[in-house]
Amino acid sequence: MWPLIKLLPQKTNFHFVAFARLAATLSIIAVIATVIGFFYPGLNMGIDFKGGTVLELNTGAAPVDLAKVRGAVSGLNLGDVQVQRFGAPNDAVVRFQTPAGANAGDVATNVKAALTRSLGQVTFSRTDVVGPEVSGELKLKGVEALLAAIGLMLIYIWFRFELQFGLGAVVALFHDVTLSFGLILLLRLEFSLNLIAALLTIIGYSMNDTVVVFDRLRENRRKYKRMPLRDLIDLSVNETLSRTVITGLTALLALSGLAIFGGESLRPLSIVLLFGIVIGTYSSIYVASPIILLWGAKKEDEPATPIAPQPARP
Amino acid sequence: MLALTRWKLFLVLGSVLFGLLFTLPNLLPPATVASLPSWMPHQRLSLGLDLQGGSYLLYEVDTKALEQERLTNLVEDVRTRLSAGQITFSDLGVVGQAVSVRIADPTQVDRATKLLNDFLGERLMNGSRDVTIKPGPDQHLVIAFVPEAANAAARDAVTRSIEIIRKRIDSLGAKEPFITQQGADRIVVEAPGESDPERLKAVIGKTAKLTFQMVDVTAAPEDIAAGRIPPDDEVLPSDDKFLASYVVKRRAVVTGEMLTNAQLSHDENNNPAVGFTFNGVGTTRFATVTSANIGKPFAIVLDKRIISAPKINSAITGGNGIITGSFTEQSAHDMALLLKSGALPAPLNVVEQHTVGAELGADAVKAGQISVLIGAALIFAFILLAYGLFGGFAAIALVVNGLMIVGAMSLFRATLTLPGIAGLVLTLAVAVDANVLIYERMRDEVRAGRAAMPAADAGFSRALTTIIDANVTTVVAAVIMFNLGAGPVKGFALTLLIGVLTSVFTAVLITQVLIGWWFRAFRPKTLPIA
Repeated sequence: MWPLIKLLPQKTNFHFVAFARLAATLSIIAVIATVIGFFYPGLNMGIDFKGGTVLELNTGAAPVDLAKVRGAVSGLNLGDVQVQRFGAPNDAVVRFQTPAGANAGDVATNVKAALTRSLGQVTFSRTDVVGPEVSGELKLKGVEALLAAIGLMLIYIWFRFELQFGLGAVVALFHDVTLSFGLILLLRLEFSLNLIAALLTIIGYSMNDTVVVFDRLRENRRKYKRMPLRDLIDLSVNETLSRTVITGLTALLALSGLAIFGGESLRPLSIVLLFGIVIGTYSSIYVASPIILLWGAKKEDEPATPIAPQPARP
Repeated sequence: MLALTRWKLFLVLGSVLFGLLFTLPNLLPPATVASLPSWMPHQRLSLGLDLQGGSYLLYEVDTKALEQERLTNLVEDVRTRLSAGQITFSDLGVVGQAVSVRIADPTQVDRATKLLNDFLGERLMNGSRDVTIKPGPDQHLVIAFVPEAANAAARDAVTRSIEIIRKRIDSLGAKEPFITQQGADRIVVEAPGESDPERLKAVIGKTAKLTFQMVDVTAAPEDIAAGRIPPDDEVLPSDDKFLASYVVKRRAVVTGEMLTNAQLSHDENNNPAVGFTFNGVGTTRFATVTSANIGKPFAIVLDKRIISAPKINSAITGGNGIITGSFTEQSAHDMALLLKSGALPAPLNVVEQHTVGAELGADAVKAGQISVLIGAALIFAFILLAYGLFGGFAAIALVVNGLMIVGAMSLFRATLTLPGIAGLVLTLAVAVDANVLIYERMRDEVRAGRAAMPAADAGFSRALTTIIDANVTTVVAAVIMFNLGAGPVKGFALTLLIGVLTSVFTAVLITQVLIGWWFRAFRPKTLPIA
């Protein structure tokens, strides 16, 4: 029974296209839910894009007295300050926005001084400060990076394949990115630069997966000139299925190690990547290919079947 | 494609050797690395600040404040010049980005213009002066810096700030700080291992403009209380234990630029103090002023705050002295350091800071190592289970790939960050994809009726375009990510990029040689995967 690859059927014959309508409905619902989620409750912006300060503090042997932490920062006119326990009982995290007009670095220094005065023994294991100038730029850069990635992928696909393939791939790409945002919204993950990196990676992976299916589709179209497009798609997806499954599983296995053992700060990144691999695989089968079908295939490849039924001869 | 040509073997051997040689320093203890022969590489992977602990500080040079200060100085220059030329004037002050003054006597306007034209500002490269003087309505003169001069001043301020920051950090003893300019007016400071980022910030960010100014003892307290401050005076807050503020002469007797040295010192009661030494000009000036003002107090001012205001007991002609005040050993030491490095030309504001404690960084390294090992082990187990012998070949290629990535990153001194570790894990998975594509293609070919050897051969040649197509997309994503800027994400992009390039190479070439060798050695009739 070893190697296991022999267990996979030599030739699968799933009718993927037959389920395309159902898949499309599910996808559209999920996309709409994500779009609504963008407005309400909206993305949980991290300090990379919102500006502000995050302090992680450790009080040594004694557990953190959260009330004391709140008391220490309350007199500093910071507005809304979030104080939370974080992992071990002697760890806490403090987040706040920089008051308008103040210098972000100075505010952080003052808060740390106030906390040190009030708590006595305290070490700051992490200090992250992002000033309003920088967070605005990062937000712009992040959006630019996502758009540039999608744009370049479109250009690449356009060079390598025909236009309707490119459209299918790009719709799939938007689908994957949107639903990844959906996951970020659903889990209330803090949206940070790391997650932009995850989204860019998903764009790369989703494209990679789609390209493999399209490569086969193009090859099969040359090989079986008279086969209807619908069957061509089914054939190509089936032929590449074992590769899709094995590569997907490898990536999931590798990333699950990261999600479980990679520590607190890599977890959001690895969760979004895990989801992206799944959704990228799904979309190359159920989004990218059916879009080509929807768009209508190139005439020369279609079998010469008449559109209207021929009048029956008496 | 399975033919074992000489160049193929050479490439494979070369890449394995490269990987081993350049990865080796990372696996050995530092002492052993130092004792390696000189022809062997010694570079280790450099860890990002998020892994080794340290501070990333992004400063913005406050060029607006610099411009304001230059305008304020210009106001004083105009006052001095016009008074010296015995021209009466009013309405002198900064209006927008220029200095405006009203000349009392309309017949004097032309003379005033000529006087200011001859003496104000500095000469530019082309010989003209860096200020323009234009007549305004109602006998006003509008004096402004030419735009090139303002830009040059800002550029110069950034360059000088970098020099000063370097001096200050060096004397703090931080290890290998990295100071670079970013954009027009930003400075990045990366200091690994500094345990107290707040002290670092205090030392870097302090303007440290030192002046000695005479206290104006003639100013009437009731005038000051009513806000009627004599035009030559200013009121400065004080940190000494006697008064909350003093009225001092605007004109500085001596400034920090006239210092040649400063060091930690002690006063007669053995309290910490800052000792200083003047240069020639400073010594002469200080001697003249102190001998003319015995019995009067003068203020020692740092960044517009008075440290102390001692009385002059006798003329100080030796050119050195000490500054007393409420110092601790550390604050006196830091102040000496600041005075020695000179004043920043413009205020510096922290606009971004990321500090990670060394302990947290070490935890992250440990977590990263565990997840890379577990990820790799899972991948190995999976491909071995899935593809048997060929899976083993892919696993060997993966090991070489890992060595090459670490080797290449060590060679190029690329920085490994925490997200970079995620990139590494992802790269391993993507690397396997190339082998999966090849093996699946082989199975297709066997299914199509080919014999083992031609099927394997066709698997490699026909999968290649797909592999390249599929990896170009990842390369594009990684390049965009790299340009996104921020350090840790850059690390992720770089690892991904290097990884994709090496993985295509190892997955295609190394498995090819291994399978070619397997065919030659065992002459198999079937493939283990079909």
